[in-house]
Amino acid sequence: MIRKSPKLAGVDAAAVIKEALQRIDVPSRRKFLQSSLTLGGLSLLTGCSLVEAGGIEKALMKISRFNDAAQAWLFDPSRLAPTYPESMITRPFPFNAYYGADKIRQVDADSYRLEVTGLVADKHAWTLDELRALPQTDQVTRHICVEGWSAIGKWGGVTFSSFLARIGADTSAKYVGFKCADDYYTSIDMPTALHPQTQLTLSYDGATLPPKYGFPMKLRMPTKLGYKNPKHIQAIFVTNTYPGGFWEDQGYNWFGGI
Amino acid sequence: MTDSMPTIHPAWLRLTHWLNVIAVVILVMSGWRIYNAAPFFDFKFASEITLGGWLGGAIQWHFAAMWLLAANGLIYLLLNAGTGRLWTKFFPLSPRAIVTDLRTALRGRLSHDDPQQYNSVQRLAYLFVMVDSVLLVLSGLVLWKSVQFPLLRELLGDYETARRVHFFAMAALVGFVAVHLAMVALLPRTLLTMIRGR
Repeated sequence: MIRKSPKLAGVDAAAVIKEALQRIDVPSRRKFLQSSLTLGGLSLLTGCSLVEAGGIEKALMKISRFNDAAQAWLFDPSRLAPTYPESMITRPFPFNAYYGADKIRQVDADSYRLEVTGLVADKHAWTLDELRALPQTDQVTRHICVEGWSAIGKWGGVTFSSFLARIGADTSAKYVGFKCADDYYTSIDMPTALHPQTQLTLSYDGATLPPKYGFPMKLRMPTKLGYKNPKHIQAIFVTNTYPGGFWEDQGYNWFGGI
Repeated sequence: MTDSMPTIHPAWLRLTHWLNVIAVVILVMSGWRIYNAAPFFDFKFASEITLGGWLGGAIQWHFAAMWLLAANGLIYLLLNAGTGRLWTKFFPLSPRAIVTDLRTALRGRLSHDDPQQYNSVQRLAYLFVMVDSVLLVLSGLVLWKSVQFPLLRELLGDYETARRVHFFAMAALVGFVAVHLAMVALLPRTLLTMIRGR
């Protein structure tokens, strides 16, 4: 099961759903289950017929796309997320993923290569040592999970905008996508990719980023919800084609800004 | 004879009232499921009374209905103030009158002869729910966009405080609805008034 921070009592609904989704691999079945679950709430509310429910789900997805646009409009590229003193760091910082702590991926540091593809000038794959040799910065910021809880942590690494400049990324492109060693994937908008606090994270709390927080590298964005911050990143690509995401494809809002 | 009865609730008021009912029901039920994902008290809401089926679904409902609540609420407040209804229906309001009316009401002797007039307890309750709804929207904005609304975030303490404020404001709203529905059950003709206007 997902380990939560100690103050969160009881069984966690989102964790249960996560586990259930893991077990239900057939997409059609997953879709059916989700539809019927939503339907339960729906019929409770309005007594709508089964046929209409598909329409309601589509309408909700459309509103979610509208909310993406609203958030892109609200997003101020120069507005910084609040930072905190180190004394406020949440200890232990909660582990969270779509799988349990027993399934945390172990990535081999020596054979690790970060692939960079898409609309970039320099497509060479990066070793961990090369990434560590780049200028590093620290941030103590609040991580806010879509489940509602939040925790303050300290992340260190390379400012993502400087990395994008280094690889000659086309910053007029719409999206930056991420593929991860734990089969997670997600994508973000270019303005957030260029935000000064968006960081290619290599360390946590002054030490090498441990596997539970995404060794060897994660993307840290204090301007987005937790599920937008991919761990164990293996490939980064710049694109104008909407890449979606693991949770986003199931209904979480794509922009996921805070 | 009914035609000669004066209109108590204008059409815009009835429309915004019922749209608000839809928004509040969706927001509260989906909000309960969102709360269940990471409860900060030692209890959860029963799944059967929540909306959305799973966290992602609940959030979709919540972030859809929030537009309805905010837009409809804004129209209500603007019309309420613009038509002068806010001042004539809800004021004057004195603590003494509230206590007197509350005592009378608890003895079951409050007069309902003039449906045009709200008694002091009603005035207080309706003003309270207006302020509470504004607080729900503001704390909700902090939860939705704590980085983009720094002033609002600071005013409410921080993100975690805003979660509690949002929760208690919800509880207060649900409390209001419970009393409101009980009153309507005691005086069913007020329901008709809210539907046909008189």
